[in-house]
Amino acid sequence: MNAPDLETRLASVATSAIPDGLRARLISTADSEQTLALGYDVADSPVGPLLLVASAAGLLRLAFVREGHEAVLESLAERIDPRIVRHPVRVETAKRQLGEYFEGHRQYFDLAFDLRLARGFRLAVLGELQRIGYGMRASYAAVAAATGRPAAVRAVGTACATNPLPLVIPCHRVVRSDGTIGNYGGGAEAKQLLLDLEGG
Amino acid sequence: MSPPPFERLLDEHGAVVLRVCRALLTVHEADDAWAETFLSALRAYPQLKDTSNLRGWLVTIAHRKAVDQIRRRQGSSTPLPDLGCVDRYPSDDDAGLWQSFDGLPPKQREAVALHHIAGLPYRAVADLTGSTPAAARRAAADGVAALRRKYRPEEDR
Repeated sequence: MNAPDLETRLASVATSAIPDGLRARLISTADSEQTLALGYDVADSPVGPLLLVASAAGLLRLAFVREGHEAVLESLAERIDPRIVRHPVRVETAKRQLGEYFEGHRQYFDLAFDLRLARGFRLAVLGELQRIGYGMRASYAAVAAATGRPAAVRAVGTACATNPLPLVIPCHRVVRSDGTIGNYGGGAEAKQLLLDLEGG
Repeated sequence: MSPPPFERLLDEHGAVVLRVCRALLTVHEADDAWAETFLSALRAYPQLKDTSNLRGWLVTIAHRKAVDQIRRRQGSSTPLPDLGCVDRYPSDDDAGLWQSFDGLPPKQREAVALHHIAGLPYRAVADLTGSTPAAARRAAADGVAALRRKYRPEEDR
C-alpha cells in the first residue's frame, strides 16, 4: 500500500458505521438525564410520511411531507431547542394510535400534547377544534362563534393553517360555510381523504 | 446561523468521531469515549455560540475524552484487555487498521488521528496536544510511516 492509499483510507468515513447499540445507548442515557429536548420519528400513512416530534411533556409537532420535514426540524431547533434527535420511543404511542386511526379502528387520540407552539387566540381555537368529534364537520364561522369571537373567521382559518398538531387536533373537520372543504396544510386531497375516511 | 438539530451532528460527524476514538483507544474504551463525547456535546449544545466548525468542536471533545480514558487506564491496576480479534469492531471495515495503531507512540497516534482521520490542520493538532505545528506534522508523518509498515489492508474486508 503506497502513501496516498493509506492516507485516503484514514480520511474516509465510508467504512465505519455507528453500531445501532452504541447509538441506542447514547440516546437512552440522554433521555434519562433529560438532556434530550425533542425526539422524533417518521410514520408512513395514507396521506404520506408524517413527522412526529415530542418533548418529555407530550406531542409537540406533527408535519406533512409537503412542509419539508427537515425544514420543520430546523425551525424547532431555532424556536424551541436544538437538542433534537431521532428517538422513535418518544413518539411510538402517537405512531401506533395514528396507525389505528387510519385503519378505522380509532376515533379519539389519547395522547399528551405539548402546545407551546400555539399562543393566545390560536391556542383557544385548538381547544375548540378538539371538541369537534370524529366524522363531524364545523364551519370556520361556527368555530369563531364558539370561541366567543364570531367576527374572527379569518383568524380561525389562520389558526387552522398553523395548527402544530394536524390530524390529532382535527383541523381537517373545519370546512367552508358553502360546503367546500377549504385549505389544508397537508393538501386539499389529504383533507378529502380524511373526511372520507371518517365519513365511511 | 442557529445550530442545526443535534441529529445532524450524529449523522454527519458520528462516524469520524468514532474513527478518532478507535484510533486512539481500545475498542471498548472507544465506544465509551464516543458515547461520552456526544453526551457532553448534547449537554453543552444549547449554549454553543460558534456553530461554524461543529466537527472540530466534537473532535476536540473526543480527544479530551480519549485522554481521560488513557489516564483512567494508567491509574488502574487492571491489565488492558487484549486487542486480538477483528470482529470486536462491529460494522467496521477498518478493524485491521485500528489494530495497527496499537503500539504506536501516543504522540504519533494522536497526530494521525487528529490530522489524517479528523482532518484538523496541524495548528489545531498542536493546540490540542500541547505541541507545535512542526512537531505535529513530524509525528503524523512518522505515525503514517509506522502504520504503513504494520498495516496489511488485505486482512480487512
